[in-house]
Amino acid sequence: MQIFSCPFCGPRPEYEFHFGGDLGNHRPEGADVSPEVWAQYLHFRNNPKGIAQEIWLHMTCGEIFAMQRDTVSMAAEPGQPLIPEETRP
Amino acid sequence: MTRHYSALSLLKEGFNNQQGWVKAWENPRPKPRYDIVIIGGGGHGLATAYYLAKTHGITNVAVIEKGWLGGGNTGRNTTVVRSNYFFPESVRLYDLALKLYEGLSRELNYNIMLSQRGMISLAHTPAEMEMSARVVNAMQINGTDAELFGPEDVRRVLPIYNFGPKARYPALGGVWQGRSGTARHDAVAWGYARAASRLGVDIIQQCEVQDFIIEGGRCRGVVTSHGTIRADRVGMAVAGHSSQMSAKAGFRLPIVSYALQACVSEPVKPVLDTIVLSPGAGTYASQSDKGEMVVGGGLDRIPSYGQRGNLPVLETVVSGLVEMFPSFRQLKLMRHWAGIVDVVPDSSPIIGESPLPGLFLNCGWGTGGFKSIPAGGTLLAHLLATGTHHDISRPFDLDRFARGRLIDEAAGSGIAH
Repeated sequence: MQIFSCPFCGPRPEYEFHFGGDLGNHRPEGADVSPEVWAQYLHFRNNPKGIAQEIWLHMTCGEIFAMQRDTVSMAAEPGQPLIPEETRP
Repeated sequence: MTRHYSALSLLKEGFNNQQGWVKAWENPRPKPRYDIVIIGGGGHGLATAYYLAKTHGITNVAVIEKGWLGGGNTGRNTTVVRSNYFFPESVRLYDLALKLYEGLSRELNYNIMLSQRGMISLAHTPAEMEMSARVVNAMQINGTDAELFGPEDVRRVLPIYNFGPKARYPALGGVWQGRSGTARHDAVAWGYARAASRLGVDIIQQCEVQDFIIEGGRCRGVVTSHGTIRADRVGMAVAGHSSQMSAKAGFRLPIVSYALQACVSEPVKPVLDTIVLSPGAGTYASQSDKGEMVVGGGLDRIPSYGQRGNLPVLETVVSGLVEMFPSFRQLKLMRHWAGIVDVVPDSSPIIGESPLPGLFLNCGWGTGGFKSIPAGGTLLAHLLATGTHHDISRPFDLDRFARGRLIDEAAGSGIAH
């Protein structure tokens, strides 16, 4: 059992978490986005071997956060909030 | 010297103290240039080389493998072959593979130990029974064999199943495909390698592709740990590491790599003579010719390149298995491993020319790569030989993601990959 660290709940077992894709994969804006750009956003992934910057969802608390992970050794850094605490409204 | 495998040559070599056998394949040094280079010496890569030589008469071909033949997912799967899919495009693809498998031992003169013992995909609830009926209808319309099983049929093919009144997974029936079966996975790789080598293909092991030669916007060959190899066309069949290879060529793929686990028990007397899959319990199993229970399940849910599994998925798989087959509780697990598979959003493979002209893709098979080896080889060989799609591979081109024309087998047939 691997333990991931939710920035809001602390260390929790891996089955409470869901992978959410690459960090920094932002939705294309505007009315004239080409199908190729949409496909890149929706389906294409970095899928790095080694250090990966990822988005994860902690399903039990519902928070979405950033996590750095090694996809070979599986070592995971503690999750980071996407918006720093002090700048939250 | 004995080259052909038969009962007669076995007898002949028996008198000869087994000294006359020709090596199954040659181990040449790479030449500086080939017509076609194939990256990846697993089932798909070796099958591609064989069909290039056999069907298209192109023998100036090299297969480049960084490890050893069939040492990746070809040697890590649970050896099931089947074609129980939902969409017509998928059925054409996987049924081509199954048909080729049916004649493969004879064609390659290599016993792949195909055993068409039938497979039952169980339904445990009335809703799952309705889905099973829908899948059976689709399969029959698509022209492949399928039968809707009721509880009595399950009792007939799985007498050791837990039919007790308190069973957690009651067997209401399911989808039966009688032509499904198992084949010896190493033999598929070795058989294709031997046949391709005999037709003149160079099989180069322990040679890693480090980069592509790109000139004038086209792929012109590969840079390897054994030097530069130029080629008119390059094919890649490197499941699990497709994204790593495409990054060297300068593009991304709609793929995330996940670990898929499997395990085998100690060998016991024959007790299970079909393949049983329970999507509800997240488990499938068959008994190998040695008597081991070969058990697998769903993907680990954490993207990974580490070829080892994690415990939560193994717990789901094993707890589902012993609930369905209480007598298996006493079995000891002997080995447990994982392979890294290419997972695509619509659970269908990607076959076609890549964004880098001259480089052709065979990837994205998810958890279903082994069963499709003969089809993947046939279709990639067609692409490499002609530069154009075979009718069957056209729907599986990379352009389907921008066109929105996905072939979503996860939604269609409930296949997890």
